[in-house]
Amino acid sequence: MSLLTIDDLVVEHRSPGRPVVRAVAGASLTVSAGEVVGLVGESGCGKSTLARAVCGLNPVTEGAIRFEGQPVTPLGLRRRTLTGIQMVFQDPYASLNPRRRVGDQIADGLRVARGSTVTPADLLERVGLPRDFTDRHPHEFSGGQRQRVAIARALAAEPRLLIGDEPISALDASAQAQVARLMRDLAVDSGAGLLFISHDLSVVRLIADRIAVMYLGKIVEIGRTAEVWDNPRHPYTQALLNAIPLPDGQGTLPAELPGDVPDPANPPGGCRFNPRCPHVMDVCRDKEPDFGPVACWLHEPT
Amino acid sequence: MKITDLRVDIHGRQILKGVSVTLHEGRVHGLAGESGSGKTMTGLAALGLLPHGARATGEILHNDRNLLELPAKELNKVRGGEVAMVFQDPATSLHPMLTIGRQLTEHMRHHLGLGKAEARARAVELLGKVRIPGAGEAYGRYPHQFSGGMRQRIAIAVALACSPRVLIADEPTTALDVTVQAGILRLLRGLCDELGLAVLLVTHDLGVMSAVADEVSVMKDGLIVESGPRSHVLRTPDHPYTRSLLASLPESPLAPAPDEERS
Repeated sequence: MSLLTIDDLVVEHRSPGRPVVRAVAGASLTVSAGEVVGLVGESGCGKSTLARAVCGLNPVTEGAIRFEGQPVTPLGLRRRTLTGIQMVFQDPYASLNPRRRVGDQIADGLRVARGSTVTPADLLERVGLPRDFTDRHPHEFSGGQRQRVAIARALAAEPRLLIGDEPISALDASAQAQVARLMRDLAVDSGAGLLFISHDLSVVRLIADRIAVMYLGKIVEIGRTAEVWDNPRHPYTQALLNAIPLPDGQGTLPAELPGDVPDPANPPGGCRFNPRCPHVMDVCRDKEPDFGPVACWLHEPT
Repeated sequence: MKITDLRVDIHGRQILKGVSVTLHEGRVHGLAGESGSGKTMTGLAALGLLPHGARATGEILHNDRNLLELPAKELNKVRGGEVAMVFQDPATSLHPMLTIGRQLTEHMRHHLGLGKAEARARAVELLGKVRIPGAGEAYGRYPHQFSGGMRQRIAIAVALACSPRVLIADEPTTALDVTVQAGILRLLRGLCDELGLAVLLVTHDLGVMSAVADEVSVMKDGLIVESGPRSHVLRTPDHPYTRSLLASLPESPLAPAPDEERS
């Protein structure tokens, strides 16, 4: 059985005086223990909202999120029993408390995992920092080191599912691949699942077992990493991959995807990608492809 | 524009330790390096926009004048006129409370002495050139009404307003999605070829560098460690630092294949 099962999840953002925005409009996804799933997409496609809903940080409008068979309830003021899911946020400058020593912040996570004999120093060592850094404050670290501290804090709670919401996008290019690999290794070694969210396909490719591509609240393609990378089938995945400039010294300009992402408050009818799709057909404008693993009428399962 | 032996100290700390870069018309010169290597500082120095307390020595020659020695009044004529800049984040580089028309025409009227109607006509033409749909209507709108990619196009139009000869682009696509980035890179390359602009492109992304730059310089700790034609620096780098930068990128030919690494 899967560790995490997301079934036809819908999350709506409501704000007074504005139309309802369906940030996640029917997405299904599973993560197994020891598996790394990468979720990619452009900004505003709903990938962070999905992650927040999995942690209980955003109320669910429709659909179900189950973790080890139990439904995930929204976070409230009461003490949480569901500590098997831990999250690493995008910006370690904001997610760590600047006035507390990092050792104390990691110890918060240890308290959650009752009866653990691990110390904050052990955890710092696991994320590749010196043991005696527990007395330091966050401002004494560089961006990459801070994100390592945030990862140590999340791991302290001994999660069975680790979620990274763009954990590398605030870091330097040279630190990105390192931190991403570190998250993968630590999650897989402890037998936990990892849901890794990023807009950077080239980094996700390095660490993920499976890749899910999201566009405007829907998962349009999901598959094994090598298959999606070498043979993308959804036109959006193809466009996304073709847009990545390669450091090959050839001077090839990346291919452009014309048009803008439509307003999620007013998505186009039929397939959500149809106004920008180079292979658009009549059926795409009328009917939404609600099948997988490739939600495109060109790849309808027979 | 020719930058020779540029050194910058801030409060006694050396930020740039002798940087030399030459920009040619119709060519894009890419400046790569990690954060803190001094690439942004080089771009800012070229416009005389160094932070308070910074001291610059060396030479930045443009039209036979050393920009570092120009009095403030003369420098103001160069800035935004012959030398223009595009910043990383279009959400902060555009004024949120002024229409984009106002932001486009303000310095045009100042530098070129155009009248209101002339400036407007030119602004609309520029918006068309950076491929903003409905340029006439866009003129009267505010930055928040545009997406990130459109805002960066507008910021480029603002920079081009006074027909600069030199354009300094500091991480112009870092805040954007890859699909949008592709459009901006094509636009920059096209403008460079069409208008004969000399472009200094500051970026940490060697993929971006490979797509648009003709020459590439790699910076580390305030020094240029390697400089040369794109295909040479990115395919057969001489300096170990350039090699290690390339090897850390998953898609580079110099990087180990992901499967080998995982096993």
